[in-house]
Amino acid sequence: MILTGVLLAVLGLGFVGWFAARGRARLLHTGRGSLHSMPSYHGWHVVLWIVIPALLAWAAWSAIMPGLVDGAVMADPAAAQLPADAMSRAAVVSEAKAIAQNPDQAAFNPLAQTLAEPVRAAHQRFGLIGALLVVIVALAGGGWAFTKVRANYPARTRVERAVMGVLLLASLMAILTTFGIVASLVFEAGMFFKDVSPIDFLLGTHWSPGSARGDNLGESFGAVPLFWGTIYIGAIIAMVVAIPLGLMSAVYLTQYATPTIRKWLKPVLEILAGIPTVVYGYFAALTVAPIFRDFAASLGMANPSTESALAAGVVMGVMIIPFVSSMADDALAAVPRAMSDGSLALGATKSETIKKVLLPAALPGIVAGVMLAISRAIGETMIVVMAAGAAANLSANPFASMTTVTYQIVQMLTGDQEFNSPKTLSAFALGLVLFIVTLVLNIIALRVVKRFREAYE
Amino acid sequence: MKVETMQQTKLTARNVDVYYGAKKAINNVSIDIDNGVVTAFIGPSGCGKSTFLRSLNRMNDTIADARVTGEILLDGENIYAPDMDPVALRARVGMVFQKPNPFPKSIYENIAYGPRIHGLAPSKADMDGIIESALTKAGLWDEVKDRLHDAGTALSGGQQQRLCIARAIAVSPEVILMDEPCSALDPIATARIEELIDELKDTYAIVIVTHSMQQAARVSQRTAFFHLGNLVEYGDTSQIFTTPREEKTKDYITGRYG
Repeated sequence: MILTGVLLAVLGLGFVGWFAARGRARLLHTGRGSLHSMPSYHGWHVVLWIVIPALLAWAAWSAIMPGLVDGAVMADPAAAQLPADAMSRAAVVSEAKAIAQNPDQAAFNPLAQTLAEPVRAAHQRFGLIGALLVVIVALAGGGWAFTKVRANYPARTRVERAVMGVLLLASLMAILTTFGIVASLVFEAGMFFKDVSPIDFLLGTHWSPGSARGDNLGESFGAVPLFWGTIYIGAIIAMVVAIPLGLMSAVYLTQYATPTIRKWLKPVLEILAGIPTVVYGYFAALTVAPIFRDFAASLGMANPSTESALAAGVVMGVMIIPFVSSMADDALAAVPRAMSDGSLALGATKSETIKKVLLPAALPGIVAGVMLAISRAIGETMIVVMAAGAAANLSANPFASMTTVTYQIVQMLTGDQEFNSPKTLSAFALGLVLFIVTLVLNIIALRVVKRFREAYE
Repeated sequence: MKVETMQQTKLTARNVDVYYGAKKAINNVSIDIDNGVVTAFIGPSGCGKSTFLRSLNRMNDTIADARVTGEILLDGENIYAPDMDPVALRARVGMVFQKPNPFPKSIYENIAYGPRIHGLAPSKADMDGIIESALTKAGLWDEVKDRLHDAGTALSGGQQQRLCIARAIAVSPEVILMDEPCSALDPIATARIEELIDELKDTYAIVIVTHSMQQAARVSQRTAFFHLGNLVEYGDTSQIFTTPREEKTKDYITGRYG
């Protein structure tokens, strides 16, 4: 708490430092060319020297402070009564910490109540030390930079370099986050594969984590029905809907629509892409699924399920249409006009030209668009959660209820299971597989698009 | 501007105007284009020579706001008549473009494309015959006969342009329009195309747009000089280049502007 307050103090110091340094630099400013850098650059130079070292000191202290607090608490005479077993020891200490934060809380363990006071004291003491340290670092940095406010000091160059550093950091943030996610996925999936062999997981056809026990783990985590459900819904049913409709709408929009129609239709089509997937989800569950169920019943199917792969897949396909359409649109637009001119000049009709010249020439771009669409569809969660069902069926019947990788991830993580149970960990293994598949699809698609672009440069 | 001629007239234009939206690009052009000769359209950039060429096979139809008025007759038949099918017309009046534009298909498929859509080759043997004859006429047969199934786009620029000429020939047109066919080619490839044009003129009426006066002088028998959308002068190439009647033609020929 005190450490949070000290950050505000550092910012205040930076504010003061900016005015002081700019004021001093202004005094040195006697005319054109008398200063290497304009006064405000000197101001920012000082600000950077106050804020950055102080932030680093703060981060470092935040990292080591818990250790120091623990040390102090253990040194307290009351700690001598702590149980010897490491696990119950940690439980008492963490309860003491919670009481120190929130004194109204009733103590489950009387020892924790006794320890709360030393914890609070240690927090206070080390927080104060940390705050002082941070302020000292800020003052030292600022003071040092302030002595550099001289006519020939290149503050501008330094500040610009620091700005570049900040921008670089910002762009690395997303990449580092991705690495972090991958690392956590791999780590947790690794824990899972300690219990269940990857071969059982990837090739097993029986998925029933609910009945998993210590001796039959391998038999309960066969993910093939999940993979099949994902592929059947996302890559087959959804694509059967999305590819023809998306492609035909792209052909109409690029080749036949007058500019006015295009101006209206295209944004409307793009609105489809802006609808939250959860809205598609209940559309699928409440409107589409019953229709398909009744249809299945009229075909003579006994007890058709309300949840069906078909409902989820069809709605997902509709959701993907704008995606396929806009990729195909780009691909068709990238085919040079000379191609269609050449075909028309030979006496080909417009539809012959589209069918035999434009679409084949745009094919790589279209394929890439479809692959990106598939990778979106198989990662889609809400629609399948609401419309596809939970049963891990390995079936080709589109009216059957099916489940997907994403659905099971949600399922595994929302239960009240222990975090370390194979059931929970299986979510990470599924996530890892999903991540690898979509990553590969994206990489291939982007490569195809790139090569295709180059071909017509 | 009618020129006294021994040859049979193939294309006749009377009082043709072409508009792009509200802008008039061609102003009241009348011209007779004959069989058996090469007719060159010359003039400074933006003078409308390409626009006029594209109105001869209704390629201007593909530009949304282009509009043609007046009459253009092919063998006495108005190509802008309501019952004239532009698709059938373009099979009779072929076109070769400024930049070689082979389809991203094999050499064979590039040429087979036209005959196939018009149903000219009932059997594979017929098609092979058409392909060989078109490539031979375009002077490309010997260079590609062993790799007919390689990509057309893998050929050199000059070969690609001859492939495009072969592609146009394959549908047996009566007229071939060429829109600056050598502007993207090196001098050697240009010379080959010019030789080819000279050979083809006995079979087809050929109209070529060129920005090179030397090229017009080398390949054509008739020359039409366009300026700001007007047809300024039309006559035998030798006369246009030696004794132009119009002052503007003379200025252009002698390099005063262009």
